[in-house]
Amino acid sequence: MARSTSKDAQALFHSLRSAYVATPSSLKIIDIYVGFAVFTAIIQCGVVSVERGCEKELEITVREREISKKMRKVVYMAFVGSFPFNSFLSGVLSCVGTAVLAVCLRIQVNKENKEFKDLPPERAFADFVLCNLVLHLVIMNFLG
Amino acid sequence: MPIIVISPLKQSFALSEYLLPAKTSDSFWPSMAAAAETSSDRTLRNAFGSVLSFFILLLIGVLAFSIRLFSVIKYESVIHEFDPYFNYRVTQFLTKNGIYDFWNWFDDRTWYPLGRVIGGTVYPGLTLTAGTLWRILNSLNIPLSVETVCVFTAPIFSAFASWATYLLTKEVKGAGAGLTAAVLLAMVPSYISRSVAGSYDNEAVAIFALIITFYLYIKTLNTGSLFYATLNAIAYFYMVCSWGGYTFIINLIPMHVLLCIVTGRYSSRLYIAYAPLVVLGTLLASLVPVVGFNAVLTSEHFASFLVFIIIHVVALVYYIKGILSAKMFKVAVTLVVSIGLLVCCAVIAVLIALVASSPTMGWSGRSLSLLDPTYASKYIPIIASVSEHQPPTWPSYFMDINVLAFLVPAGIIACFLPLSDASSFAVLYIVTSVYFSGVMVRLMLVFAPAACIMSGIALSQAFDVFTRSIKFQLPGILGKSEFDAGDTSSSGVVAENDAAKPDKSEEKLKERPSRKNKKKEKELVEKASVEKTSTKSKIEKRLLVLPLEASVIALLLLVFLGAFYVVHCVWAAAEAYSAPSIVLTSHSHDGLHVFDDFREAYAWLRHNTEVDDKVASWWDYGYQTTAMANRTVIVDNNTWNNTHIATVGTAMSSPEKAAWEIFNSLDVKYVLVVFGGLVGYPSDDINKFLWMVRIGGGVFPHIKEPDYLRDGQYRIDSQATPTMLNCLMYKLSYYRFVDVDGKGFDRVRRTEIGKKYIKLTHFEEVFTTHHWMVRIYKLKPPRNRIRGKTKKSKTKTSATSSSRKSVARKKNPWH
Repeated sequence: MARSTSKDAQALFHSLRSAYVATPSSLKIIDIYVGFAVFTAIIQCGVVSVERGCEKELEITVREREISKKMRKVVYMAFVGSFPFNSFLSGVLSCVGTAVLAVCLRIQVNKENKEFKDLPPERAFADFVLCNLVLHLVIMNFLG
Repeated sequence: MPIIVISPLKQSFALSEYLLPAKTSDSFWPSMAAAAETSSDRTLRNAFGSVLSFFILLLIGVLAFSIRLFSVIKYESVIHEFDPYFNYRVTQFLTKNGIYDFWNWFDDRTWYPLGRVIGGTVYPGLTLTAGTLWRILNSLNIPLSVETVCVFTAPIFSAFASWATYLLTKEVKGAGAGLTAAVLLAMVPSYISRSVAGSYDNEAVAIFALIITFYLYIKTLNTGSLFYATLNAIAYFYMVCSWGGYTFIINLIPMHVLLCIVTGRYSSRLYIAYAPLVVLGTLLASLVPVVGFNAVLTSEHFASFLVFIIIHVVALVYYIKGILSAKMFKVAVTLVVSIGLLVCCAVIAVLIALVASSPTMGWSGRSLSLLDPTYASKYIPIIASVSEHQPPTWPSYFMDINVLAFLVPAGIIACFLPLSDASSFAVLYIVTSVYFSGVMVRLMLVFAPAACIMSGIALSQAFDVFTRSIKFQLPGILGKSEFDAGDTSSSGVVAENDAAKPDKSEEKLKERPSRKNKKKEKELVEKASVEKTSTKSKIEKRLLVLPLEASVIALLLLVFLGAFYVVHCVWAAAEAYSAPSIVLTSHSHDGLHVFDDFREAYAWLRHNTEVDDKVASWWDYGYQTTAMANRTVIVDNNTWNNTHIATVGTAMSSPEKAAWEIFNSLDVKYVLVVFGGLVGYPSDDINKFLWMVRIGGGVFPHIKEPDYLRDGQYRIDSQATPTMLNCLMYKLSYYRFVDVDGKGFDRVRRTEIGKKYIKLTHFEEVFTTHHWMVRIYKLKPPRNRIRGKTKKSKTKTSATSSSRKSVARKKNPWH
């Protein structure tokens, strides 16, 4: 059973790869862009969760030892917390928003998508730019 | 005067009915004589139709605006009721001091001694709209006062709302339905009740924002354009700015998305309509100070995030399905499902932990009372005490949406027959809003647009069918006689038509399949040129065409129904909803009486008291006192601090001396009481008194409701309990009342009062208005120590004073 599933997984991987190689390069660029945006979003969230975890651990250590004061400082220096919550939020949502908008653009530009045959790619890009503009204006406003 | 107002109304209604046949003819005319139609003719017809519909929309706007002017014509151009006065005051501040001072405004004239941060606790949409309007008008050298702009904001936005309804319904079911829905919305009584001229409240603007947001969502869903998605987010921002009801949108749209996914209607257009809206909408919502981080932290918004994740998963699945072969996809599914289940469980666990960790599970009191209708009456008397938070009664449905209640089911069925994404949204909208309107009267306002849209669809489809069958048969009657319908099936329909309109839903069921046949037939006709004599098509025609007489009668009945609706709406606008409640009128045999007591009292306060004097009253009159009298109040209609309101309630239900101590500790100089006993004004303080007791008793347990009730009955006559007869509210209301007629007959409660000769020791009457509706009392200053006494026994007085203090401390509910 396990062998068959691993085989299947390999076959699946191969077919996925071959299917993806066939996509046009412009779409691949968009994919890389989306991937990067998601990656930065994850980094930001990750930093915060790590930092939160550290805090919890630290609370225990505070009760036990006094040395932790030093440690705490170091931790706070190392990891930028979610303290100005609006900054954190705008950072993450900026990345998520960028990714979402890029996915939308990808959907519209994709020639295999029958629904958007009438939509010229230039128009799609203009919409994308407009939406991004609004998004980042809001984010700059929200950043504080 | 009213006749002039009505005339555009009738005109536009008639026109819209006229247009529907013209519009429908576009769709069906070619099938009748396909060869005869040329393309130029059709474009001409289309152009004519669009010009006509433009003028109809213009007239609808005029109608929506003018039907709301009854209050100005019958009374005067004033701001109505309670909350609008606060909005008016905020607008005045905004126009005087500018936007930055507005955001930082700390108001020290309310909630004394706490104050209130207005900039951060108010939905700024309405104020900013009216302020901008005023600024634009002033820069155009049209010098209107701020009050005038505020009075007319609501009618202007109701015109916008009816245009938005046209757009929304057009996206759902075509232009004919759109125009009908717009006419219906322009004069639906439920909406009129909140948007007459002078009713300067959040809802006036918010309904427009709600409809336009829905329209843009549907538009994005239909076109898949990012441009509309951006506009949608901005419209949502406007909605968040203007009303707390925005949570309805941010829950309804995810529900619709989920519905689409579950029913297998996912498309990339759905993704484009939803995903950018969530990201942009959340960011924009958190820009509004009153919402702030609540946009990501409270449970009202979690549904949208959950669906946001789901739609991404679904989008990925559809994408992979697209690029893989069917067999490989199956393999992928088995793989992913086994891993995905684990991940899902983890995510759900995290989400539940997040929700559970936030206080009250992250739901605000009002939202909770929506989900559990008994919540408010159990736990929050201050929400339950407001009459517009009560569940509605059945007559109020008939009063507020009238014949639409009968048309809605037909509209729902019409939405189902060719079910599209847009029409499923309309159905979902009406189903949820019906539920919410059943919980709270004030949410009838959200239900009204949905009812208008559904009824518009129903009416226009009905007109569509009837006029089509008439047009189909007219040439038959003129030319061939064989078209005379004698079928049993069609005569059955005749009987139904004659019976009544509520049966229309059934009728619709029969008509719908015929329409599909019609489409099929259209193709047939176009392919095989005109083959009217072939038996097959004849049978189909027999099925789809209603008999001429039946359709004519049905049309007449529908027009009659519409006329009834118009008459009711005009009546509601003119009589039921136009009273400003700040000026009252009554008709009696000796003519019209005007009771202008409220403004009289506020003007007295404004001119006869010091600027920094504090006025105590029940919270209903707080906004009016600050806006009209410009005096500091203890509590107002914002009700953000329950303890403070309970303090005032306690003071009102305490005996005179204890009340004086409470008021004195709050620096109160004057106490304002509203009394309707002389003229029979039912919503006065004595009728609200039990709520004061309940709210006061909720915080200070020495106030007990049963003390004020005799055998569970609330009464003020000689049977009333001593606690009731000695409480401050009773004394202030009925002080010197017996001097009026010698008996002290209360015309609201319809009894003689229980305690006729009241002596006040700690308060003195300073002003009573002409009809006794508002009575103002002044707190007497604390009694001076008599000099001789202090000389005689200094120690004794100090001892008594200290003991008095300690007694006061015991009675004083803060210690």
